[in-house]
Amino acid sequence: MSDNIIQVRNACKSFKHVQALVDVTLDVRRGEVMFIFGPSGGGKSTLLRCINKLETLDHGDIVVDGILVSDPHADLDTLRAEVGMVFQLFNLFPHLTAIQNVTLAQEKVRRRSRDEAMETAHQLLRRVGLPEKADSYPDQLSGGQKQRVAIARALAMNPKIMLFDEPTSALDPEMIKEVLDVMLDLAQEGMTMVVVSHEMGFARAAADRMVLLEGGRVVEVGTPQDIFDSPREQRTRDFLRHVL
Amino acid sequence: MAQAQVPPDPPAAVGVTERRQPGLIPWTSRLKQLPWWALILLLLGLALINAIITIPNYTDAFRFIVPGLRITLLVSVGAFVVALVVGLIVGLGRVSANPILYNICTFYVEVVRGIPMIVIIIYVAYVLVPLFVRAANSTGGWILRTDWLFFLTRLGESMLTLESEDISMLARAIAGLAFGYGAYEAEVFRAGIQSIEKGQMEAARSLGMSYFQAMRYVILPQAVRVVLPPLGNDFIAMIKDSSLISVLAVRDLTQLGKLNRSRTFRTYETWNTVTYLYLSITILGSMAVKWLERRLGKRER
Repeated sequence: MSDNIIQVRNACKSFKHVQALVDVTLDVRRGEVMFIFGPSGGGKSTLLRCINKLETLDHGDIVVDGILVSDPHADLDTLRAEVGMVFQLFNLFPHLTAIQNVTLAQEKVRRRSRDEAMETAHQLLRRVGLPEKADSYPDQLSGGQKQRVAIARALAMNPKIMLFDEPTSALDPEMIKEVLDVMLDLAQEGMTMVVVSHEMGFARAAADRMVLLEGGRVVEVGTPQDIFDSPREQRTRDFLRHVL
Repeated sequence: MAQAQVPPDPPAAVGVTERRQPGLIPWTSRLKQLPWWALILLLLGLALINAIITIPNYTDAFRFIVPGLRITLLVSVGAFVVALVVGLIVGLGRVSANPILYNICTFYVEVVRGIPMIVIIIYVAYVLVPLFVRAANSTGGWILRTDWLFFLTRLGESMLTLESEDISMLARAIAGLAFGYGAYEAEVFRAGIQSIEKGQMEAARSLGMSYFQAMRYVILPQAVRVVLPPLGNDFIAMIKDSSLISVLAVRDLTQLGKLNRSRTFRTYETWNTVTYLYLSITILGSMAVKWLERRLGKRER
């Protein structure tokens, strides 16, 4: 099953009194867009954060591109450089300009030269539609622009996988589209993506498969067609009725 | 500078034509706005300069005491630089996930902050320094007895023959103040680091940066702006607390004041001069800190 770039096996994780993940088993294929949805507190973000070990599992295994994430000796810095992450609140570095946000890790982690990093960064800022904002600081950018810079920052590491943790939840409605458009482009180019979101329109347009997580458990996995048109589980139907 | 701010006038009574207009402030209220405290301070300062120039007893006291300024400044700056280094390292230990580091650093901070500064200075000078010397002696002996450390023979010999008297009171004073202030600076750094959102560290780590790279390039540059004002205040406090080293008979402003008084029995002249000298450096110092803050504030986004 080497085609599965992410393999989650019996993942369990609990915080003080909440079980965030209960025996979750899930595979993500190379080049696939996996869309994770469900009610808040259902474990969506936790699952995402366990994939690049911002959180540690209590039990179970996660293998990402051949690296066993749950192994305490796993080379996390290498793993994380292969896995780009986009956060709900952008988490841009406020003391650096947009372009410096994109070049920093290229220079310090990938050891690229300043010129090379700058060239990649300019290229990526153009790709997310912000070539003129290179020298702006994050607080001079709108939410949508910040999130696009954050995507460029993650892409600059040439990751094999991109994780999106509710990338549009903190945005004003009119800015959601500009971010989703960038994500759609990325999906069409064949990037492996795991997207936690409430944007069902994006799921319909770009997802290969969807997962409903509730109470830390996988309720149902299927293609958008399956999920939207003929969901197997009653719970899925109920949830979709509420959000659609 | 509370005096510089005038509370708003009570609402004008009905029928009173004198209304507050910008640029038309009545002269009485202008007088209220003057920073009188600064003017009085300036006048007192000028009066004292005049006394130092014209009154022989003051001239004599000033001549005797003013060399202490060099020691006071040297000790303050030296101890502060060391305290910053100690504070940064201990502050990082205080936010570390490593329990050993965390506990060692917390132990130091809690112990030192619970002891009066003057006791810390005495303790470092008369307890820790001799202990350090004894440790150096036995380490030196061990180096000389061990064959394979032959390349360290020189160092071993000087460590073996080190005596407490070799370490000057000036050096002990700097060590003592730095040891005491390191704990406070550590807390300043810890608070600064913890004031940066958790997401910043996560974003840096998610890009593959190591913990130390994230600290170095992402967290600390942001934390520095937060900690600068408290660090500036601590530097001024350090100048004042440096007077405590006079218990070690280091010839700073305070010590020279004590000596001058017992030499001449001119109490007023002596302590007026000492007070004046301290005030001039602390006021200049806090002006410099304010200027620095404003300069950094401008660059801040």
